[in-house]
Amino acid sequence: MIASCCRRALLGVSIGAFAALSALPANAQQITFVSQGGAYQKAQTVAILDPSAKKLGITINQDSIPDAWPAIKSQVASGKPTWDVVDVPTGYCLRGGEQGLVEKLDFSKLPNGAAMPEAYRSPYSVAYEFYSSVLAYSQKKFSAGAAPNSWADFWDVKKFPGRRALRNHPIATLEAALMADGVAPDKLYPLDVDRAFKKLEEIKPNITVWWTSGAQSAQLLNDGEVDMVMAWNGRVSALTKEGAKVAFTYNQGILQSTSLCILKDAPNLATAVRFLNEAVDPVHQANLPLHIDYGPANPKAFDTGVIKPERVAQLPSAPENARKQALMSYAWWSSPAGEAAEKRWVGFMQK
Amino acid sequence: MSSPVQDLSVLHQRREQRLMLVLALPALLVILLLVVLPVGWLAWQSVYHNGFTLENYRRIWSEDIYWRSFALTFQISLLVTLFALLLGYPIAYAASIAPRRWAIVILALVVLPFWTSVLVRAYAWLALLQRTGVINQLLRQFGVIDEPLPLVHNTFGTVVATLHILLPFMVLPLYATMQQIPRDLMQAGASLGAGPMLTFWRIFLPLSLPGVLAGSTLVFVLALGFYITPELLGGGRTIMISMLVSRNVELYDQWGAASAIGVVLLVAVGAIFFAVSRFIPLDRVLGQK
Repeated sequence: MIASCCRRALLGVSIGAFAALSALPANAQQITFVSQGGAYQKAQTVAILDPSAKKLGITINQDSIPDAWPAIKSQVASGKPTWDVVDVPTGYCLRGGEQGLVEKLDFSKLPNGAAMPEAYRSPYSVAYEFYSSVLAYSQKKFSAGAAPNSWADFWDVKKFPGRRALRNHPIATLEAALMADGVAPDKLYPLDVDRAFKKLEEIKPNITVWWTSGAQSAQLLNDGEVDMVMAWNGRVSALTKEGAKVAFTYNQGILQSTSLCILKDAPNLATAVRFLNEAVDPVHQANLPLHIDYGPANPKAFDTGVIKPERVAQLPSAPENARKQALMSYAWWSSPAGEAAEKRWVGFMQK
Repeated sequence: MSSPVQDLSVLHQRREQRLMLVLALPALLVILLLVVLPVGWLAWQSVYHNGFTLENYRRIWSEDIYWRSFALTFQISLLVTLFALLLGYPIAYAASIAPRRWAIVILALVVLPFWTSVLVRAYAWLALLQRTGVINQLLRQFGVIDEPLPLVHNTFGTVVATLHILLPFMVLPLYATMQQIPRDLMQAGASLGAGPMLTFWRIFLPLSLPGVLAGSTLVFVLALGFYITPELLGGGRTIMISMLVSRNVELYDQWGAASAIGVVLLVAVGAIFFAVSRFIPLDRVLGQK
């Protein structure tokens, strides 16, 4: 916490100085873009941000923060936000929209966004990239023919004995529980929260670790601390590249996205809208999976020919893979029922 | 009634007092800025949100997740304090009776962990304690166990790592107290026919008690606020108060609720101190002369 706050403060200072310097040439258009840092932000800088800046002739200042929500809230509350566009879990954009923290989008100015499937956008946001919460397992423990392939398998401790880990968070975990209980991936919403928690009680004694960070989930599998885990696809494939004996299935994966949204009264609102449209341009979007294991949010990216067929097969949002998965409803999670389910989680963990 | 000389001395005393007050002003200002104001702001946050409200406290009172976390936090802190005392006392004792050169070595070893980050140490414990970790592997190799012991991702792992981080806070006050115990007293005891055990029990141990209390208080209070170690080594089940604070800010974006937890913790610790001070003079513990 301390480290991240100070790094952020430092970043803020350096960006502030940079902004002051770059403001000198008259009318140079710029925005401040905020993402989650790390390898992910580096990849999108090369794939999307730099090409967009060049094409639009604007300067994109960057900031990064692992969890932007508290900062978004305090920035907008202060009346003078310094950020323009944020790349955050879609739920934050929706909740932010409801609470007046995020600008309502005019899709007539966002042709690229308007062309995307309706499920991928909201009045406040446009999906930016996809990842998936998948069932991953150790190949040392389970051979290819006898590997778990569904959440029902994950719950089946007799047929698939082994140690398990789930995320210490209700999002995607409740979905997995319901699918384990026989709910079809496209019939999940509105979630039957009671049923999901009941199913989770069932597996709880067999969960060794409830992980809190993506890095931790991968580490647990790699170290042999657990044999089976719900993890983000990118984390697992990173392990595979390092030669770890692990694998995952997209079957019944929970397809999740981060979205772009614009802070209320953003300092560079017009430029931010132009950028947002550019960021979901099919070609820029197709560039992203060339640098990191996340899928483009704009399905047209798959028609550009930029992504090779064997690469397409690995991506969570590729049509073939998306069909096997459940698409997360952020609208449900940011509804009162969703928030109540989130609050119920701590009590469930303590029992 | 009073003589002119006495009047003069009273005047002199008053002037001195005023001078002292002026000299203390900068220090008081710092305390006001760094201690009183933030805590006051915290308390204010917890009761004010678009008007005065006790909602945040009502929630702590009525939802049992808070009770459970408070209970667990105090339980873990007590365990850590107890083990820190059991481990720290012999270390401090050894340092206090060892020749100066050895004492420095012992204390350096105690303080050394301060130079590495808490986060790194938590991960190091993970590497040591997990299923495929060093300890389980060794035990397996020597045939002590067949199945790896669950040493981490539970309360045990949390206590071990927290203990490691807080041990210096026990050893240093203990050492400081022990060093001040005059060795003549033990010699006097011995000259009256008491063996080493008896002199320890009757003379050394009672005289080292202020150090025991100082160290225990320090460790206990610090353990109450621990965040990283239960988060990383608790396996998700060890939900301490600090984690509820962070959840309230991150998940529910309620600074008021988080502040209220802080205030309750502060009051609880204050109450414990008050209770303890009725039996033990705390000024001797906190400000040794």
